[in-house]
Amino acid sequence: METLEEICFRIKTALPAARVEIIPNASPCGQRSLLLGREQGLAVATFLRDDPQLRLDYCSNVTGVDRLEPSLPQGFVQSPSSAGLKKEAGEGLGESGTGCLEAVYHLFSMAHKNGPVVLRLRTENRLAAVRLPSLTPVWRSCEFQEREIFDLFGIVFDGHPDLRRLLMWEGFQGFPMRRDYLVADDFECEPTPHGDVPKRMSPRQGCAEVIQKTATADPRV
Amino acid sequence: MEVTDQELKIDLQKQGVLMTSLNELYNWGRKNSVWPLQFGLACCAIEMIAASMARYDLARFGAEVFRPSPRQADLMIVAGTVTKKMAPQVVRLYNQMAEPKYVIAMGACAISGGPFKQGYNVLKGIDRYLPVDVHIPGCPPRPEALLHAFMTLQNKIASQPLTGPARPRHLRAGAPSEFSVPQCGPHGLVPPSNPAVWRPPTAAQAG
Repeated sequence: METLEEICFRIKTALPAARVEIIPNASPCGQRSLLLGREQGLAVATFLRDDPQLRLDYCSNVTGVDRLEPSLPQGFVQSPSSAGLKKEAGEGLGESGTGCLEAVYHLFSMAHKNGPVVLRLRTENRLAAVRLPSLTPVWRSCEFQEREIFDLFGIVFDGHPDLRRLLMWEGFQGFPMRRDYLVADDFECEPTPHGDVPKRMSPRQGCAEVIQKTATADPRV
Repeated sequence: MEVTDQELKIDLQKQGVLMTSLNELYNWGRKNSVWPLQFGLACCAIEMIAASMARYDLARFGAEVFRPSPRQADLMIVAGTVTKKMAPQVVRLYNQMAEPKYVIAMGACAISGGPFKQGYNVLKGIDRYLPVDVHIPGCPPRPEALLHAFMTLQNKIASQPLTGPARPRHLRAGAPSEFSVPQCGPHGLVPPSNPAVWRPPTAAQAG
């Protein structure tokens, strides 16, 4: 199989307008990937599939990545209280443009029996500009996986034949893997080994209020 | 029946005389032909299938006839994770079953949400919407645990009187046979629980 540099060079030769960048990987596996520009993503994907030397005819996996703002604390959960919602949502949730959503495609060649080649496509930011070209016209196996990414990350795939939610129900607000959903009003206080979980809930659903509410609702009190 | 009557009954049985009451005969028939509804939601269903196969042999309890239609089933085994997307369908299936009907909540997910309890997409126990007769903890429970739940349910059926205020739901004309189906709202199920069936844990338990 050709090296990633050779593939990158051949893409640029065939499609001079395409933006292609090799993303290094510092982890032990060292699996590098190709970052494609949004505009020519579909053309590059078609080239990778149809080029006789590459013949990457099988997309085995598509997944999403939520790249946060560097300043955003880990494990951030948005408060569902209506007053704090806009304020907290505006803080560091992708408006400044350094964060983005990412779709990752793992390609193999059944014809040449080699692979994988990893493609990445990045949105402009995390909230407003979340459109990417759909690669379902190139690889049919992307259809459900892109639907799942739309469902969980909220990336809108242009050109997808049937972009609906896959796992969550229609009418659900928010995208779970972005951690921007509001916590449902079904919280049940219980001792847990993850001690900070109840504290992370909003005051509306915190332990104290639950106890208070149930105490008044209990006919025996 | 009083204790002396029980002893007399056992003595007579030893002599080949069977004494029974209509109540006992009725419940004996009911408890030995509990037909479960054939559906599974997650990995607990694999254990349920194992319990119905030859090694554990659910047929010994008269419950081997898994019915594919809720109209023909007496028992709903909620075997597995009930997601919020699936919960309305589970309640609807229960409503379509004919009385008398029973529910076994099998496994940590079905009784409380289990490992997904702190998440956003899993119902925190089917007993929020359905009257559960037997809860089985475990992740997943072994087939022996399901057999124990069956025997517990059989004992419950056998002890139900046919008359009086303690008679079961299907013999009380005004008792509800259907329970409200929750709707999938923008953030979760609406309502989050059925107050006629389930109350949040009290302060003493929660603390």
